Amino acid sequence: MSHPMIGLVDCNNFYVSCERVFQPRLEGVPVGVMSNNDGCVIARSSELKTLGVEMGTPAFQLQQWVNQGRIHLLSSNYELYGDMSARVREVLEEFSAGVEPYSIDEMFVRFDGFDAATTLALSRTLYRNVRQFTGIPVCVGVAPTRTLAKLANRAAKKLPEYAGVCVLHGESDETRRLLECTPLGNVWGVGRRLVERLALQGIETAWDLRCADPKTIRRRFSVTLERTARELQGTPCIDMNDTDEPRQRIMTSRSFGRLTGEMSELQEAIRQHAQRGAEKLREQASHARAVLVFLKTNRHRQDLAQYSPSIVAELTEPTDDSRPIVAAAQQALAEIYRPGYRFMKAGVMLLDLVDANREQLSLLDTPDSAADRERSERLMSTLDELNQKMGRGTVRLGVRRHDAAWQLRCAHRTPRWTTQWEELLSAKA
Amino acid sequence: MRACEIFQAHATPPAQDLPHPQTTIRAGISGFPSPAEDYVGRTLDLNERLVKRPSATFFMTVTGDSMEGFGIQDGDTLVVDRSVNAKPGHILVALVDGEVIVKRYEILGKRPYLCSGNERYAPIPVTDLDCQVWGVVRSVIHEYPV
Repeated sequence: MSHPMIGLVDCNNFYVSCERVFQPRLEGVPVGVMSNNDGCVIARSSELKTLGVEMGTPAFQLQQWVNQGRIHLLSSNYELYGDMSARVREVLEEFSAGVEPYSIDEMFVRFDGFDAATTLALSRTLYRNVRQFTGIPVCVGVAPTRTLAKLANRAAKKLPEYAGVCVLHGESDETRRLLECTPLGNVWGVGRRLVERLALQGIETAWDLRCADPKTIRRRFSVTLERTARELQGTPCIDMNDTDEPRQRIMTSRSFGRLTGEMSELQEAIRQHAQRGAEKLREQASHARAVLVFLKTNRHRQDLAQYSPSIVAELTEPTDDSRPIVAAAQQALAEIYRPGYRFMKAGVMLLDLVDANREQLSLLDTPDSAADRERSERLMSTLDELNQKMGRGTVRLGVRRHDAAWQLRCAHRTPRWTTQWEELLSAKA
Repeated sequence: MRACEIFQAHATPPAQDLPHPQTTIRAGISGFPSPAEDYVGRTLDLNERLVKRPSATFFMTVTGDSMEGFGIQDGDTLVVDRSVNAKPGHILVALVDGEVIVKRYEILGKRPYLCSGNERYAPIPVTDLDCQVWGVVRSVIHEYPV
């Protein structure tokens, strides 16, 4: 038997792992990566998670630990992360023509036509090679569908007996056991509200949902959940374009009708994707901190020159405004575009999302759009009212600080070891 | 809102083409080959020569004089390939006690050592140390001031 299988390769604590490749002293100690603009924690090493530091924690709250040398906080180095992500993808492409980046640190890999033993052996090699070649530790989950691959990946990460690699087949006791102990909240695409509604129907684990009648699920809930149920049964019905995990990242991409090397066509595609991405951001009330742009040539046309670059551009501040997002995406495209290649696909990913309402004060920095101004005005009048009633100085503007502490945060960006000649790592002879 | 700042990520390094005469052309004896013929079809790319596996290749700068005996000088650029498995005789980038160093991996009397190319530095026995191979040095680039 050789059913098509799909693997999910997930980099462990990706941003921190990138830093550790070049800074061995960060190995085994609590490390956090901060956004450069608002100074919040956007990535954590496992040791930092253990200390109870949550995503989005403002850096100033951790200052004492930093001073005591208990933890290390670094500014984000998106140039490095973008390059390392591209390297991981390149290693995977040695194994499969079907590699689809799902986010900066997660990639789907298609394995077609291998028997069970070969699939397992291949997954282990892949696990080893990514680690060795790039220095980035990963977990590998392989299964007949993306939803199951996601669960397999989780098992590979959480359960020590898998040692980082878990291959699940559609019908096996192992799959059953795993699904039985997986709460629905850990199933891809099942949100918290849905978990509560399903619990009322007695559906609490992934196995329960798998055993439910898909048609009933569709009638009572949605087509989306029906697809999830079928995927748990081992029938693939989710493809890349409808696999959004909106809380973490948003991706918009599409293949061109025909191969194109025209800059104007690429620009138009990237503009549309960036715009659609920004719309999705606003629909879910998130802001993005960075934009990833990628291009792909057709791997199946080995007669044509191959070039599948990607690049990450950091936004000046977290935003859901289409204009800076489109502008960033276009600049990024200009960086990676090379004439003479015919591209099959272009896409935009919005990364490091944050709840829009978590940092509304930063709106005050950008009073240049009508909507912003309106919101700023409303905020201002509320503020004035409070200060009148409760005494001057009760509420003050949280203007971003340009003082020493802020400068210091920026200064914690590590060198761009892999993309700048002037910033190479030095080896002591 | 201000324009965003762009960082250049791993753009595949642009190929540097160098003209290279075709070997089939016998210069000198049978008269002048056509200049057009000289440059047909074949160019050389240093990336192709030095970077065997781009995903696993990293550049580093050398500091210090301990490897001069192996032709590695202060300020040189190392081409390090992580996909190569280290064997005795290889020049390695290794992590030793949290430091990134470049040494030659040798077996002396059945024991592994990290050796310098300079008499002033004694071989370091690997067994006593917290030591990890980072990558294998494939080539060294030494640029002369011109």
